Amino acid sequence: MFNTLTSPMFLALYVMIGLALVLGVVLGVSALKFKVEGNPLIARIDAILPQTQCGQCGYAGCKPYAKAIASGEADINQCPPGGDAGARALADLVGMEYKPLNAANGVEKPKAVAFIDENICIGCTLCIQACPVDAILGAAKHMHTIIASECTGCELCLAPCPVDCITMEPIAENPDNWKWKYPVFPIKLENSQPKNSNDEKKAA
Amino acid sequence: MNAIINFFKKLNNTASASSIIPSDIIHSSEVFKFNGGVHPPENKTESTQHPIEVLKLPKKLVLPLRQHVGNMPKIIIAVGEQVLKGQLLAEAEGAVSAAIHAPTSGTVSAIAEAIIPHPSGLPDICVTLIPDGLDEWIAKPVMQDWRNADKNTLVASLRLSGIVGLGGATFPTHIKLRANGKSGVHTLVINAAECEPYITCDDMLMRERADQIMQGISIAQHLLGAENCVIGIEDNKPQATDSMRAACVDIKGISVKVVPTLYPSGDARRLIYLLLGIEIPSDKRSTDVGIQVFNVATAVALYRFFTLGEPSISRIVSMTGNVQSPQNFEVLFGTPVQDLITAAGGIKSGTSHFIMGGPMMGFDLHCSDLNHCDVPITKASNCIIAATPNLFAEPPPAMPCIRCARCADVCPVSLQPQELYWFAKSDNFEKARDYQLFDCIECGACSYVCPSNIPLVQYYRYAKSEIIAAAKAKEAADLARERNEFKLMRIEREKIERTQKHAQRANTGAANINGANISKAEKNTEKRRATVETTEMLAKTNTVPPLANDETNQRSANEQVAKKQAAIATAIERVKALKAQTSNDVKTNSIGLSTAIKDENLQSGVVKTGTVKNSEITEQEKPKKQAIIAAAIERAKAQKATAIAEGDAPKNTEPSSKTIQAEIKEIDARRKEFLPKHKE
Repeated sequence: MFNTLTSPMFLALYVMIGLALVLGVVLGVSALKFKVEGNPLIARIDAILPQTQCGQCGYAGCKPYAKAIASGEADINQCPPGGDAGARALADLVGMEYKPLNAANGVEKPKAVAFIDENICIGCTLCIQACPVDAILGAAKHMHTIIASECTGCELCLAPCPVDCITMEPIAENPDNWKWKYPVFPIKLENSQPKNSNDEKKAA
Repeated sequence: MNAIINFFKKLNNTASASSIIPSDIIHSSEVFKFNGGVHPPENKTESTQHPIEVLKLPKKLVLPLRQHVGNMPKIIIAVGEQVLKGQLLAEAEGAVSAAIHAPTSGTVSAIAEAIIPHPSGLPDICVTLIPDGLDEWIAKPVMQDWRNADKNTLVASLRLSGIVGLGGATFPTHIKLRANGKSGVHTLVINAAECEPYITCDDMLMRERADQIMQGISIAQHLLGAENCVIGIEDNKPQATDSMRAACVDIKGISVKVVPTLYPSGDARRLIYLLLGIEIPSDKRSTDVGIQVFNVATAVALYRFFTLGEPSISRIVSMTGNVQSPQNFEVLFGTPVQDLITAAGGIKSGTSHFIMGGPMMGFDLHCSDLNHCDVPITKASNCIIAATPNLFAEPPPAMPCIRCARCADVCPVSLQPQELYWFAKSDNFEKARDYQLFDCIECGACSYVCPSNIPLVQYYRYAKSEIIAAAKAKEAADLARERNEFKLMRIEREKIERTQKHAQRANTGAANINGANISKAEKNTEKRRATVETTEMLAKTNTVPPLANDETNQRSANEQVAKKQAAIATAIERVKALKAQTSNDVKTNSIGLSTAIKDENLQSGVVKTGTVKNSEITEQEKPKKQAIIAAAIERAKAQKATAIAEGDAPKNTEPSSKTIQAEIKEIDARRKEFLPKHKE
């Protein structure tokens, strides 16, 4: 009996049990120490969303939409400001098939910022309350103005304005935000007839 | 394992950073060859036939605010203002920025958008100056001897000089010279390689003004605390080399090294390797290993500022290519390119466009008319080339990449251009980044040798600007997320605060009932003791508030009562003093007391509790109050009447001029127009 307890087979058993105990403790401690708060998938979806907070997706903002995608409640193609690239990135992340943007949620537009015609503004503060990112500055019965660098172009201030003094101005290209273009080459015909010059289209 | 390797790598780096280059490397003629490089045709002799000529004053100067790397400077002058030569037009804003000065005396005619020399061809804010022809200097600051002055003061004054790197990178010089006594820079490298074809401005500068360059170098060495200086000149400039050697023969610690002609040896990191055999790690700056690099033209600008007190207002520009007499000119910033072309005898026939910079890294200027090119010369413009289809043939159509790897052979940064091309072409930016896209110096050597004529650099530039734009968008999104979360949090907080306030008010109401009861009880007590008693009683009630249901309510109610207590006490004092004046009756004290409490109740907005039963007393007080109000109204009316009688208009319209009044009327009319529209 004594011999069997110290036999190599039992030794191996002890080692395995010991290892299991040690590793179990390590796992238990790390589960407590490295506990992830909240759903990390929501944060990753939220990081892809453009943070326009426009609500075109049908949810109150980008975070609620991220939550809805994570729970499988919403589709990945409801965010027009994120555009086609955004839908692709979301499809990649959640492991779904890519879908083109749902036209019911709106269409992708060039980025714009709101502009208040200060001659017309009556200082009603309705747009200030509507702005999801506090990008409008003003007080009751005083002229309001947009902090252009903070404006996400969500258009939520347009509807509440009683005097329609807010317009969306597309962001113009300037030397600061100018980008080098994708190289395109005009394909010339042998007889150099320029009427039918097609540009080499960028591969999608 | 990786961590260990990285650790040893770091050890190695710090070791190389602290090591001081042995002086035999600095003074020997030995050079270290970097990977790759190309030999494009030089075409430099055309523009070195004539000495540098000072360009005559143009009719108009257009000074873009964006002439350097970093923030736009802040304009400090107004349209119509008279300025003198060297006067500050715009001051440096933020850490990385440079000032802009008036290149000559004249009138500021406009501050508006105009075409600037930029690959985009887009307009930007420029200051337009019409010279008065007098070229009158502003009072130059008296420069004390820089050898004896405080280094920090000197570098701080450099912020006002507007000097930027004149080699083409246009990085503000005051940042590069910021020594603070612990820069650790031991070697100054002077970049005189001028490796790009056609450009000869540094060559001519060295031939003609070597002594000024030497003085500028001495100043830079002094400010940096660098004991050594190596000047790197390509071997296609023998005259410049001789002239520089002659100028530095008496100066200790400066040596001139001749490097073989090979494009792009003028790149700062390539030149450091050529001269000193030190490769700067990709994530480090040259100053991390104790080396700082300046262009020769920047050295001259330093000399001019610190000894003559002149800010950066001009530079040497090569005007070459398809013009009658190619030459170098000393040009004021803001001079239209057309003046330069005219001075060089005008363009020859066949000119198709103009290139700013060299043919390898330069860009086409966006001139609407070849005979009136209004694009201004800026701090970055070292060369203007009049191009013809013969000189710069349009590249044949790009063919598919055959993976010959010639581009990898010539890449001076030892990248894999063919891989980068695939990734950039397919918008695979993540991968391009992994292959060190941002180490690419866009020298164009790969495009130059590509047998398939692929415009490789264009792809890299595209990928770089897309990555930068995406990073900016991400930053903006993060800011928007933060602001949105803050707004939601604020709304939530306000909601909680409101409910808390409601709860508090309910409790204060109860506490006030208590207070009023106590005051009633105190009615007949002695005049002097009244206040003391009240406070004591209130303090007692604090411990047992009758309506408090739970802990929190109780606490908030107690705080509220304590506050009230103090307010009541002061109110009592006030009323007491008032009453003492009017009557000596003991009874009135209690009247005052209850009125005071009632006032407090009204002020705090609590609903009338009905505990103040002395209605007949308040009834007595009422006519008094009414009389006071009536008197105040009368007084105000009288004031107004006298003002009108004296002929003064009502105050709010008094200072406004007729135009403002008209504007106000117009706005009112517009509002009236809009309001009914909305109602529909």
